Amino acid sequence: MDTFVAWILRAIPFGTIIMYGALGEIVTEKSGNLNLGVPGIMYLGGFAGFASAYIYENNAANPNMLLCVLLSLVCAFAAAMAGGLIYSFLTISLRANQNVTGLALTTFGMGVANFFGVYILDGRTATQSLVYKTFQTKLPVLSQWGVIGQTVFGYGFMVYAAVVLAFLLHAVLNRTRVGLNLRAIGENPATADAAGISVTRYKYLATCLGAGISGLGGLYYVLDYNQGIWATTGQIEALGWLAVALVIFTTWKPINAIWGSYLFGTLYWLYQFLPTLLGISVPGYVTDLIQMVPYIVTIVVLVVTSLRKKREDQPPASLGLPYFREER
Amino acid sequence: MSDKPHALHEPLIRVVRRSECSAKLKVAVRLAAIVLALVVDALFIYFVTGLNPLAVYTTMFRGTFSTAMRFSWAMRDLASLLLIGVALAPAFKMRFWNTGAEGQVLMGALATAAVMIYGGSALPAPLLYAAMLAAALFAGALWGFIPAWFKARFSTNETLFTLMMNYVAIQLVACCVNIWRGQASGLGKLNSRTKAGWFPKVFDMRFGINLIVVVLLVVLVYCYLRYSKQGYEISVVGESENTARYAGINVGRVIIRTMILSGALCGLTGFLIVGGRDQTISTGTAGGNGFTAIIVAWLAKFNTFTMALISFLLIFLEKGAAEIASAYNLNDFASDIIAGIILFFILGSEFFVNYRPIFRKSHKEVR
Amino acid sequence: MEYAIELRHITKTFGSVVANRDVSLCIRQGEILSLLGENGSGKTTLMNMIAGIYYPDDGEILVGGKSVEIRSPKDAYALGIGMVHQHFKLIDVFTAAENIALVLGPNEKYDLKAIRKKARAICDEYAFELDLDQKVYEMSVSQKQTLEIVKMLYRGAQILILDEPTAVLTPQETQKLFSVMRNMKRGGKSIIIITHKLHEVLEISDRVSILRKGEYAGTVETREATEASLTEMMVGKKVELNIERPEPVNRHLRLSVHNLSVTNAEGVRVLDQVTFDAFSGEILGIAGISGNGQKELLESIAGLQKTEPQSSVVYYPDDDRDSTAEQLIGKTPLDIRNMGVHLSFVPEDRLGMGLVGSMGMVDNMMLRSYGEGHSPIADRRAPRHLAEEIKEELAIVTPSIQTPVSRLSGGNVQKVLVGREIAAAPSVLMTAYAVRGLDIGTSYTIYHLLNEQKKKGVAILYVGEDLDVLLDLCDRILVLCGGRCNGIVDARKTTKEEVGLLMTRLQEKGGAAQ
Repeated sequence: MDTFVAWILRAIPFGTIIMYGALGEIVTEKSGNLNLGVPGIMYLGGFAGFASAYIYENNAANPNMLLCVLLSLVCAFAAAMAGGLIYSFLTISLRANQNVTGLALTTFGMGVANFFGVYILDGRTATQSLVYKTFQTKLPVLSQWGVIGQTVFGYGFMVYAAVVLAFLLHAVLNRTRVGLNLRAIGENPATADAAGISVTRYKYLATCLGAGISGLGGLYYVLDYNQGIWATTGQIEALGWLAVALVIFTTWKPINAIWGSYLFGTLYWLYQFLPTLLGISVPGYVTDLIQMVPYIVTIVVLVVTSLRKKREDQPPASLGLPYFREER
Repeated sequence: MSDKPHALHEPLIRVVRRSECSAKLKVAVRLAAIVLALVVDALFIYFVTGLNPLAVYTTMFRGTFSTAMRFSWAMRDLASLLLIGVALAPAFKMRFWNTGAEGQVLMGALATAAVMIYGGSALPAPLLYAAMLAAALFAGALWGFIPAWFKARFSTNETLFTLMMNYVAIQLVACCVNIWRGQASGLGKLNSRTKAGWFPKVFDMRFGINLIVVVLLVVLVYCYLRYSKQGYEISVVGESENTARYAGINVGRVIIRTMILSGALCGLTGFLIVGGRDQTISTGTAGGNGFTAIIVAWLAKFNTFTMALISFLLIFLEKGAAEIASAYNLNDFASDIIAGIILFFILGSEFFVNYRPIFRKSHKEVR
Repeated sequence: MEYAIELRHITKTFGSVVANRDVSLCIRQGEILSLLGENGSGKTTLMNMIAGIYYPDDGEILVGGKSVEIRSPKDAYALGIGMVHQHFKLIDVFTAAENIALVLGPNEKYDLKAIRKKARAICDEYAFELDLDQKVYEMSVSQKQTLEIVKMLYRGAQILILDEPTAVLTPQETQKLFSVMRNMKRGGKSIIIITHKLHEVLEISDRVSILRKGEYAGTVETREATEASLTEMMVGKKVELNIERPEPVNRHLRLSVHNLSVTNAEGVRVLDQVTFDAFSGEILGIAGISGNGQKELLESIAGLQKTEPQSSVVYYPDDDRDSTAEQLIGKTPLDIRNMGVHLSFVPEDRLGMGLVGSMGMVDNMMLRSYGEGHSPIADRRAPRHLAEEIKEELAIVTPSIQTPVSRLSGGNVQKVLVGREIAAAPSVLMTAYAVRGLDIGTSYTIYHLLNEQKKKGVAILYVGEDLDVLLDLCDRILVLCGGRCNGIVDARKTTKEEVGLLMTRLQEKGGAAQ
């Protein structure tokens, strides 16, 4: 039982990182933009959130932690949006290829985050981790409530915010006119254009906001999951690609991102907990194979949706394609 | 005004597709993009570090050109990047978004390493090399074939499929490395005692063969795409599947064949990296070159000679940034920033090659 | 009398092509007006200017007696004008109600329940049958059309333009559409219907306006019109073109098409049991309003279309008895070529199918022949010679034979294509709209080339839209209507009116013998 609890306690935070990444990318892809810059954007978000908290912590005489959290959230969102803006300008206004621009953005984002991350820390490795404690503050009372309290209420606020965000995005996409218009653009921009919807404005907004949301995944990784330590490793990049995979897995539906991300998190930590649970010992290399599972599952989902041809599960029809009115 | 009412609604900037773009303009636009990017990079360097950008650029130059050794290292890394770009050219020319080069290279490298480990002492040298090569080609080709088959059969989205295949490959490599290293903390040089499977030194360099192969492949793939019947089919399929069918081309077969080729060439790259450069394998063997090569292939418009130029530019930047980093006590992630900015500018400049912006006449309209 | 819409002296040009010249036309309140004209007579262009898709170069549009500017579909909506295009502007994965929501007015709230209620009321009022929760991709063509009309009415359209609405409908669906059109008319709406089918014009409309070659040819009250009088107005007087027409020599059976049927992706029978023979040394014209199965007919013969069982296309190589007849159905283009059948095909979509736009003349020359020989290297010497030859002979204007053909003018592109197909020494030559968009000089060059082939004993299928040309160039004319063979006539004896009627009115029994 304890193993099981520990497993959940690992899987849900892990899932939360990629849930943010995937939710943002869903918004972006709904507008028809395939942004492969998610890893770079998550780096940007993670770095900006970390840097702002770090600077505030070290310079304010009497740091207010609430303010600090807010500051890091805003900075992460803004920095990630800036990444999205570069992508939008190049692909929408300058009509550059989406895949290539996305990959370049990944390189750039990684560079910026790691360069400045190391630069700011100047040899040291972490924040004073005050802000980390705030991020990890659990719900009072409820989290003490036995196993359920631990596994359901025992996380920092961003875990719940992600779930709320997923429901919110679901509602916006399916219940509002803005969401309807956005989906129409991703499916058929020419038709949306003819209906008087400003395709360019929507694409810009969706891509930038989507990037902002993805960036929160990076922030959550650094300031909560990684306990406020800036780590110059490839971990965020791997998480970014996992988020791209998750988008396919959810078949572009925000609600599916909730359980999908937790499932990915569970699979990711499978190697550590399953052996204990089953009382067997598993050699190290098996864990690598198990970590392959999310990607294989995603491929299977991709193949199955293309096989079944169920229209609701297909990628937005104009995904990855540019739209210029005069070249119809 | 009333006879020309649409002038009222003329937007600030209109965009017109250029019917033709002279070679001179193309070169000028791209040069301007690189110069602008370097200016932006210089500003970045100046504001972040306070260093004199010109001095920094001079230091950067030293990264590749200061010594013969430096230059040969740059060539070694250029070879890895360019090989992948060349491998991607056929697929991209067919408008097949092979984002899986990273994985295909790793599979080739993994197969090579496996043969080195299990056959290193058993096989005579020529046979060992042949087995390494064959295994690498096969493994890469397999990794290319799988998404191609689904694309041809069910039109499964190849961008996402190939992207996912990268991570399957990475995990496979991680798994094998884990097995092979046993209790050790890392997998050292394979067969370090016997040097079985290591490439012989050419021009006094272990990676000499890599350089020869990359030069050969740049020419060969260029000729394949330009002069062969298969290359012709690839162009037609990439341009329009409708036309391809009209011409009697079996589109599915061409897709699969081309991806097997592209994957096999990536596998070959893996073979060269393991045999000629690293003599070992890790999940970082491809080192992100699989992704960078996509940008290289796209920017070069699938011309392998242009790819050589662009690869050189990127490697030059990388080496230069590493040099800056050590000289000024910065870290070498600066190279990613500098490369990123240059890529953005080059990508953006394509617009000015293909389109002509027309600004609204400056006169104010009086109503 | 106040008109719903009045067009005054409208002119619209695209480059050097005049689509509409000085057209004046009115629609009364609460009437159904048919807009009649041949392909390319400028009907759709004219209507697009009312709907805000195009902006006229010259002239004035009045709505309800007031001069207006219509710059976008939004402006048109605001004026109560809605157009149902031939290609529906719908989002496939949305439900009917969601598609309606896309065109909500600026101040309307997105409330699917309210939308459904209001849309349901519209459906009830005019007796539309529409499931508002159905996804568009599950709908038949006629349901999609209904949705488009309801969408326009929801948006407040008082004036409705329907662009060839019956082209895609079965007779029963057409009747249903007509009955709701009458309902809408009773409800005070004005309706413009673009159509080619004369019996429908007579059945549904109050008045008929006719366009001919971009110009206004007159308006008549429907009750005073007959099919014959309308045809005459539509096709105009026979113009003598003086196209050469050699007598067929050594005519023998080359291609026997039997029961050829094709069903398209939407499940519509686009080609229905077409049966005919084509002979060597003869030009068989194929007439019909475009979209009545011409494309599918040629593509089936070329091995590019999936056909229904029982379809048969038999090829007879030569008139000596020893050679065997070959079945072409079920073969790919490559199979057909490997069988030694020299089948040349000039498709309608020149740059999307017949040629590769980004390639030069040389590479385009080898498109259908590159695979010959065993060498893995593509031979470019022969194509280069061919390109030079064709460029010379057909006077193709291009900077160089390596210049991408997409940069050439339409006429030169067509010459490249026709030149290549003729150079392949065909025994059957199929051309689809070979002279569309070409100037007179180039057109005559093409006619001449076809006649050359005819004299060499090639069987030619000529799909055309200009009746004058069909009557002057061809030996026999097969008329397609609704995917059926509506008769085969002798081009030397028939009249323009006869062919015009066959194009627009389906005979009771399809496939009348020649």
